[in-house]
Amino acid sequence: MDVATLLSFGPRGWGDEIAWGVVVTVTLALATLPLGLLVGFFIALGKQSEEKSLRLAANIYTTIFRGLPELLTLFLVFYGAQIGIQQFVRLFSPGTTVEINAFVAGMIALGAVFSSFASEVLLSAFRAIPRGQYEGGYAIGLSHFQTMRLIILPQLVRIALPGLSNLWLILIKDTALVSVIGLSDIIRQTGVAARVTKEAFLFFGVACLLYLALAILSSVALGAIDRWAGKEGVGR
Amino acid sequence: MNTAAAPAASVEMPPPPARRWTRDRVLGLVLMAVWGALALGLASFLFNAWRPDLFERYAPRYLSGLGITLTLVGVSILIGAVLSVPIALMRMSKNRFAAAFAYGYVYFFRGTPLLAQTFLIYYGLGSFRPQLDAIGLWTFFREAWYCAVLAFSLNTAAYQAEILRGAIQSVPKGQWEGAASLGLHRFQTFWKIILPQALIVALRPYGNEIILMIKGSAIVAIITVYDLMGETRRAYSRTFDFQTYLWAAIIYLAIVETLRNAVDWVERRITRHLKR
Repeated sequence: MDVATLLSFGPRGWGDEIAWGVVVTVTLALATLPLGLLVGFFIALGKQSEEKSLRLAANIYTTIFRGLPELLTLFLVFYGAQIGIQQFVRLFSPGTTVEINAFVAGMIALGAVFSSFASEVLLSAFRAIPRGQYEGGYAIGLSHFQTMRLIILPQLVRIALPGLSNLWLILIKDTALVSVIGLSDIIRQTGVAARVTKEAFLFFGVACLLYLALAILSSVALGAIDRWAGKEGVGR
Repeated sequence: MNTAAAPAASVEMPPPPARRWTRDRVLGLVLMAVWGALALGLASFLFNAWRPDLFERYAPRYLSGLGITLTLVGVSILIGAVLSVPIALMRMSKNRFAAAFAYGYVYFFRGTPLLAQTFLIYYGLGSFRPQLDAIGLWTFFREAWYCAVLAFSLNTAAYQAEILRGAIQSVPKGQWEGAASLGLHRFQTFWKIILPQALIVALRPYGNEIILMIKGSAIVAIITVYDLMGETRRAYSRTFDFQTYLWAAIIYLAIVETLRNAVDWVERRITRHLKR
């Protein structure tokens, strides 16, 4: 079969299967992003707290998830959570087996990795904002929460954006690992196609090109966000 | 009259501010308690799950796996370092084609997952078996180990080229001009003036790259290389004992933290002259 047939959408081609893989990859990355950002934000808050125990607790989190290989984190979450929840459930109803959804496991594992790196980016962004900004906020009568939301966060986004863009590109690449726990992402779908058709180079080449396309698309989108965020900037 | 000395001792210091139970403090202590409980749970799990026969059988395998991981990373980093020099030079060259080629190379290897690159080389090049057989390279590409080394070297070469380029370009132009005005040859300038300054900038990114490679090397387990991760997966598939993964996690964390502290130490040492 020629390349056009192999990649066509239809019963004889693999185009639709691979397109589904792209959907899964993009969905996973998009679902992980808010989770990772939110957790990373709170970890960063903990790291710049004046309370020593809070700083230590946040640093332990970062040390663990920054130091473990992403693949191992994924297995720890996938098998570990499965065993843990199963034992918990068996306390009430013995003999049940629990299966963890691969998508959720991937989201938690990648989110943990993303958040530990994001907390470092956000922490350095926090440090780049002068104290006077907080004091100014309090001086005009804003509460702590309002100061955060109206004054600090908009500046934080602008400063942290390049670092977070980098993390997003890394996240897209890391999603490739979930193929190992059976989620049908780009790598898994192209892998199946490669095994069936014996055209491994073609299909894994297509996988690489798809990831490249995602990276290029992301760069364009992130560039647009960067321009939007810096629009009213004061030329830092 | 020795009252002169007395006041110093009896000056009333303001009392230390009472440590109040703020929300942060409570939260911090609760979270530390959670970490403590997790650590205790982990320790007691590993203690209870301890089986001498398992240890005797799998400890040597973990060690050999660790050796394979470190060899793979070490060899790939070295080959990548050698390859990265021409790529970085091409990237900085005025020749448009060379610069475009280097840009494309770097973009490809940084824009796609290492897993996809490894698959492309290990499984993908199998499609060209007749051609590879003809030039006698098939024995090389048949082995998962060589494919892994090749994929990792090409990948890290792209990252290292960017590190090198960034570091060289961070050295101010005046350094080149100063050396030229002293009559130093361009090569001498690079070797004796530019490189030492660039390496200070490059040290931390290089350290990060080594750590990334150690973490990334876990994926070779998928293409049947028995590195630390591969041995772990094999042990788990035979025993269904979760402690296999926990030991691997502890070993990986120990390596990465050691490396990170080593890089910190080296950096403190080689930047001593910059500290005021």
